[in-house]
Amino acid sequence: MEERPQIGYSKRVMDHFMNPRNVGEVEDADGVGLVGNPVCGDLMQVTIRVEDDVITDIKFKTFGCGSAIATASMVTELAMGKHLDEALAITRQDVADELEGLPPVKMHCSNLAADALHEAIEDYQEKKKKKEAEVEA
Amino acid sequence: MVYLDHASAMPVDPRVLAFARRYLEEEFGNPSSLYDRGLSTRRAVEAARGEVAALVNAGDPRSIVFTGSATESNNLAIRGTVLRNRRKGKKVLVSAIEHISVMNPAKDLQKQGFELEFIPVDEYGAVDLAALEGLLTPETILVSVNYANDEIGTLEPIREVSRVVHEAGAYLHVNATAAAGRIPIDLQEDGTDLLTLSGNDLGGPRGAAALYIRPGVKVQSMMPGGGQERGLRSGTENVFAIAGMGEAARLASREMADEMGREQAIRDRLIREVLEVEEAALTGHPTERLPHHASFRFSRIEGESILLNLDTFFDIQVATGSACSSRTLEPSHVLLAIGLTHEQAHGSVVMTLGRSNTVADVRYVADAMRETVGRLRGISPL
Repeated sequence: MEERPQIGYSKRVMDHFMNPRNVGEVEDADGVGLVGNPVCGDLMQVTIRVEDDVITDIKFKTFGCGSAIATASMVTELAMGKHLDEALAITRQDVADELEGLPPVKMHCSNLAADALHEAIEDYQEKKKKKEAEVEA
Repeated sequence: MVYLDHASAMPVDPRVLAFARRYLEEEFGNPSSLYDRGLSTRRAVEAARGEVAALVNAGDPRSIVFTGSATESNNLAIRGTVLRNRRKGKKVLVSAIEHISVMNPAKDLQKQGFELEFIPVDEYGAVDLAALEGLLTPETILVSVNYANDEIGTLEPIREVSRVVHEAGAYLHVNATAAAGRIPIDLQEDGTDLLTLSGNDLGGPRGAAALYIRPGVKVQSMMPGGGQERGLRSGTENVFAIAGMGEAARLASREMADEMGREQAIRDRLIREVLEVEEAALTGHPTERLPHHASFRFSRIEGESILLNLDTFFDIQVATGSACSSRTLEPSHVLLAIGLTHEQAHGSVVMTLGRSNTVADVRYVADAMRETVGRLRGISPL
């Protein structure tokens, strides 16, 4: 796929837009991250399954532009199979770098994707803490 | 390939190119030169002026000033008229849905101390005449309202606007870039004081545009220099583009009625078919709109994604007023001005037809739209 000069997307962004990986929702997800706001034009949802502190399944849904779809797809690829600590260390710059760059105005999309992942992990960790507290009680 | 973005860029009509190319290849003289090679290009420029004047029934061709772009014409009209007539007052009124090349010169004047107010529009984008009357004061120098909006296609009630503006003693500028060559424009009937026209939007080459200035209206030059174009727009004339604009205007005068009917029939069918897509709505006026113009909004998905999807998978080119395709990420001010919410404004798609489009395109585009919307809603969490 050729780069789209009118928007300035890389081949990698276009590949993830055309063939997004891990689309959908993990059933009975262990953690859910939902960030953004449709009023602002972006809404990013990431759902994860976690086994022994490793992300064994991850899916996304997004309301947003081409780079919102591409960054969400990329973040799921980066996080799949990673330990939670490693996944929490994924930054928006990592997402943008893996996509061979994003136009400056679109950097907020990679921010949202990373934020949604981090929120899903934090959601999982909170639920886990709650469960552990209940068991101890 | 189905190209549906004629409001953004039109292909040059091959007949226009065949006509104008000799002003690149053979007749390259400077129109200000007094020898024959110069005089022949001067004649070409004056012939073009006559054709452009005839297209909009301007009367005297000398009321047409050639510029380099519609943006330049809008700057000359707005800044040039206001600065030249600053003794009259300090107020400028601009409709809330004007093109950025009208908005920004008006905002520039505001920074210089002029008072700028926006005229509200109704849900279809038509100027609210009562509100306009309320905003006009003896201090108002200039009002600017587009003939038709390039994003939502709505035609403005120009004659009524003209009457109200002139009753208040102000000048009226009309940006007719989207409308000229598409629908008949009659300056003698409309009573417009200044009118912007673009060569490219008529099917001519880029690099030529025009500003009609009603005789007697005083305008300050924005580009002092050698005094070309009655001193209002100095710079050696772009004869190739100007001759092309003239030829495009001549063809538009001759063929507009037929082409308008043909495109409108295709456009009406396109609207019918696309509105069958779930949660699709038309933006702009349902009938009082440019004959080649269709604009939609789709809930729960985003315009740039629709644009990319249509381009990538179906080789269909459309435009969008979506925030995500703009540099600022702000939703289109036009869509917000007609009362859409930010969320609604994000899912906009604009389709503008031209000579190359056929009825066969309509079914293809409607099917592509259905698939695109289905795919993107499948990804959307909403």
